[in-house]
Amino acid sequence: MSASVLFDAPGPKARRRHLLLSVLAGLVLLGLVVIALQRLGERGELEADRWTAMFTASAWEYTFLPGIWSTLKAAGVAIVLALAFGLVFGMGRVSHHRVIRWASGAVVEFFRGIPVLIMMIAFFYFLAYRGIFEPATNPFVAVVAALTLYNGAVIAELVRSGVGSLPGGQAEAGLSIGLTPAQTMRTIQLPQAITMMLPSLISQLVVVLKDSALGAIITYPELLRSARNLAAGGNTLQPLVMAAVIFIVINFALSLLAGLVERRLAKRGSATD
Amino acid sequence: MRELFEQFDVWAAFWMTIKLSLWSALWALVLGTLLAIMRVGPVRILNVVGSAYVNVVRNTPLTLVVLFSLTVLGTRLGIQIADQNSPTFLTDEAVRWAIFGLSVYHAAFVCEALRSGVNTVPVGQAEAARSIGLGFGQSLRHIVLPQAFRGAVAPLASVAIALIKNTTVATIIGVAQTSYFMAEAIEFRPDLIWELFALIALFFLAITLPIGVGLTSLSRKVAVKR
Repeated sequence: MSASVLFDAPGPKARRRHLLLSVLAGLVLLGLVVIALQRLGERGELEADRWTAMFTASAWEYTFLPGIWSTLKAAGVAIVLALAFGLVFGMGRVSHHRVIRWASGAVVEFFRGIPVLIMMIAFFYFLAYRGIFEPATNPFVAVVAALTLYNGAVIAELVRSGVGSLPGGQAEAGLSIGLTPAQTMRTIQLPQAITMMLPSLISQLVVVLKDSALGAIITYPELLRSARNLAAGGNTLQPLVMAAVIFIVINFALSLLAGLVERRLAKRGSATD
Repeated sequence: MRELFEQFDVWAAFWMTIKLSLWSALWALVLGTLLAIMRVGPVRILNVVGSAYVNVVRNTPLTLVVLFSLTVLGTRLGIQIADQNSPTFLTDEAVRWAIFGLSVYHAAFVCEALRSGVNTVPVGQAEAARSIGLGFGQSLRHIVLPQAFRGAVAPLASVAIALIKNTTVATIIGVAQTSYFMAEAIEFRPDLIWELFALIALFFLAITLPIGVGLTSLSRKVAVKR
């Protein structure tokens, strides 16, 4: 806390006060933990066999691993499609044609403004009644479609702000050597914009992974829904905690990766410097 | 469109969405402010607890948080937060746990929004305040916090919009709000699916777009020129 805007470097008196506060806060936290553990113990949630059931080979083979795979599959397909969607509409938003700009803006605002779950439910029932795909693939298609449209719209905004934040000289230089506006966009502005938005793109993957859990509502057997299958006999706490830990580990790793990429890019420098 | 309103209680679903949004926004703001104070404060142990909370909650799906609230905290651990003698006990319980889950989840984002507001204030501002002889409280009240709140308007606006859309997740514990109503209505009238979708999309756009536009222009208006 050396260069904090809020606090001056503490003197001896302030340091004593902070120590006192630390001890008090520690005691309160300890108390809360003890109360929580007591409650869990009273309700029998800490019994060993409730937890060992989560670490058997069959629990992982039939529940967690297929669940993780379904989650990753939906998120992976969705982020790739969303990237394509985002590039098309992001370029549309910075187009030189007013109609294209306006239409892309409307599409992006529409999909950003409505909840992902509403789109998922609409796709799910639409596919169920139309029967385009096999019934078993409907939930997957609905999850991917909804995630693609929402996150595609978010990525389109990233593309737009990425292109917008480039110095004007980049586009001018492209135009002055005889490239058309479209060529300038494709060969000069977009590559730089995409490099700059790489960290935000990885963070968006965290959002996609989390939102794929909405698939549980429309019967897609992703991690959360699979974990609930283990909830037999009132065992509801342990599978949910396991699912949460798995989600947190994956997403935390992705967040770290995003931070790493961001620092790499900052060190490398860019045209904006 | 007319048929929908005649056959279903559309307004009840919309009203529940609005109620969930308002209550969760209130609690998320309270809890998030508390977390932000913990995170930017001088006490190390509170910094650690605050950032652990934010990192855990931010990386957990909201669906899981809401489901956990009712099925584990409510049912398994037997924590009751609604009046047991009320005839609508079970519904109340689900609604309140949904508000609890939504608040706990979005508090992490409120905390980060407030913190990013504090981060927009350059250290030189505080140094200038101290150098003209302002004390800790004075510099906070007159120099740092006014600028921090102005910088936090834009990120808080996106949290508010996300929160409103996220209330649809309450379906997982059967709270009868817009997304629950949608699924139910489609089961009855599959022929009206696109009318329903259009109506609900319109409802959400009618709420989120004005909030987005209004708060963005507010954030520009109050922005500190640097």
